[in-house]
Amino acid sequence: MQDNALELFEVFIRSKRGLDHKHVGSLHSEDHAQALEYARDVYTRRSEGVSIWVVKSADICASQEDDAENFFDPNDDKPYRHATYYDLPDAVNNM
Amino acid sequence: MSSEQNISLQEQQFMHKIKAEEKIEPKDWMPEKYRKNLIRQISQHAHSEVIGMQPEGNFLTRAPSLRRKAILLSKIQDEAGHGLYLYSAAETLGITREEMIEALQSGQAKYASIFNYPALTWGDMGAIGWLVDGAAIVNQVSLQRTSYGPYSRGMIRICKEESFHQRQGYDIMLSLVNGTPAQKAMAQDSLNRFYWPALMMFGPHDSESAHSAKSMEWKIKRETNDDLRQKFIDQTASQIEFLGLEHPDKELKWNEERGHYDSGEIDWEEFHNVIAGNGHCNRQRLEHHIKAHEEGAWVREALAAYNAKKQANKAEAA
Amino acid sequence: MSDTIKDATLEYAIRLGDDANVLGHRISEWVSHGPFLEEDIAYANVALDYIGRARMFYGYASELANDGRTEDDFAYMRDDRQYRNLLLMEMPKEDFAYSQVRQLFIDIYYGLLLPELVKSKDDTLAAIAAKAIKETRYHLRRSRDWVLRLGDGTEESHRRTQRAVDSLWGYTHEMFEMDDTERLLVDSGIGVDITKLRDDWHRQVGSILTEATLNVPEDSWTVRGGRIGYHTENLGHLLTEMQFVHRSYPGCQW
Repeated sequence: MQDNALELFEVFIRSKRGLDHKHVGSLHSEDHAQALEYARDVYTRRSEGVSIWVVKSADICASQEDDAENFFDPNDDKPYRHATYYDLPDAVNNM
Repeated sequence: MSSEQNISLQEQQFMHKIKAEEKIEPKDWMPEKYRKNLIRQISQHAHSEVIGMQPEGNFLTRAPSLRRKAILLSKIQDEAGHGLYLYSAAETLGITREEMIEALQSGQAKYASIFNYPALTWGDMGAIGWLVDGAAIVNQVSLQRTSYGPYSRGMIRICKEESFHQRQGYDIMLSLVNGTPAQKAMAQDSLNRFYWPALMMFGPHDSESAHSAKSMEWKIKRETNDDLRQKFIDQTASQIEFLGLEHPDKELKWNEERGHYDSGEIDWEEFHNVIAGNGHCNRQRLEHHIKAHEEGAWVREALAAYNAKKQANKAEAA
Repeated sequence: MSDTIKDATLEYAIRLGDDANVLGHRISEWVSHGPFLEEDIAYANVALDYIGRARMFYGYASELANDGRTEDDFAYMRDDRQYRNLLLMEMPKEDFAYSQVRQLFIDIYYGLLLPELVKSKDDTLAAIAAKAIKETRYHLRRSRDWVLRLGDGTEESHRRTQRAVDSLWGYTHEMFEMDDTERLLVDSGIGVDITKLRDDWHRQVGSILTEATLNVPEDSWTVRGGRIGYHTENLGHLLTEMQFVHRSYPGCQW
């Protein structure tokens, strides 16, 4: 029995033009082409999308929870990257 | 720091997230029991969706109109989809779908006992959609807030899609009660057979429930069996009345003080009896699943072989 | 529209409706029997497309007949001697290879027929065809890929797929045959001259079967009769199941 031969794919869908592709779930299939077709049948039964990406789950390189501090904390102390950091004089709005 | 202290620190951080209503995500540290508990619940939920295709599939080819057939087919198809979303969510916990299917087929994993009741008439398609999906939705709405991220997101998606399931069931009932006396009798019969089993779907009383306390603490479950069941009883009473059907619970009575209906006791002996394997369809449902799976084996093997050939050709060309 | 043309168009709509209805029913038998969950969902979509198509064709038939008959009267209140579907549609579901080979034969057939029907002078038929083309393009992608995979997969899948091709081949010939009714519609610019599609069909089927390492059968046997209501024994059983509830409670709304 070779059930495991069907690979796991992650599915990303762009719900309408102008928006990002968003992760919606995963599915099993033989290859990328079949994964795309199944993604269409499984995840867009109600016309939820205009574009689909499929990626082999094994090909995703994810940041580890252990790395979270090293990855993300250093940016917590750079408030100057956010617009709200700057107080503008009342005379100047809408920037 | 010793590893023991380390674990307890991790556990503290974990509980902190749970208390702060932060979602737990796949790569996060989590207690082994939390993982196991989730796998049990999510896979059981997935199996229920998939086994749940059978009673309705049983009537698909006998649907009395083309319109109803199309609706029922898309509903059953949704169930397959929901099974798939849930298997996906469980897979993020480090178990494969094959392992889950094996657990189902060996009887190790459970599915909702409601599907061990037979679907005998077209009225049952109405009762299943209205009552069985209705009860499931009450539970699922609550589970949208579950603490595990992938499960919660799956539930949100499922709830969005399922609102039509209950409505199409009720719509079938409406057509029946507005039809001939024979149709109305069919509706009453289906209601009688599915009402109590639908109440049983919420599980044993809180005091008897084996997994409830820990699941509540970890916010896997967000509301207790009895609270959810009460919600369902309350909302269903007026729906039955509107259909002009007789309520199967003769003791049902509005309790002004509680703001809820008081109801008769569930036949727990029947509940345990069906779980123990004495329902009309326990064997049939599993055998059906095993048969389809076995008959599909050569197809899955063919896919693997074809893929291997393709890879080999690619390697040769390179 | 003259009465003769109108009658012929009604008959044509019923034929196309019967094809879609019977095939949609057969595919729906796969629900919860598929080789894995993704395929169960995907194949159900194909069944839904066909049931939808049946409703459109019967809906048009009901409009043309104008005698109070509804889409469900056409589907549920006629016996197998009155059904006009191609025999290929009613063949049992059998194994997955059989169903996918049948699907391939039918998808290529509609892939050729529908683009012609879009040009029909009958606006309703043209509109139904325009919708159906998109569905069929997707179905063909699926059935073509399946036949390639199964034909060139394992020894077992190859054997099953070849068996399916051989057992179904004799039912494909009547797809390209026309009677006076359809000839009249071709002459009036309403119907499709399916005799002209035959060579293309053989070319396309042949090339896919060859790529799938399968043999194209010799034309050694032919069964025909679907369009005149001379069916195989399979249709009676299919209708018995399909029509049981509807006929047990006559005159009901569902």
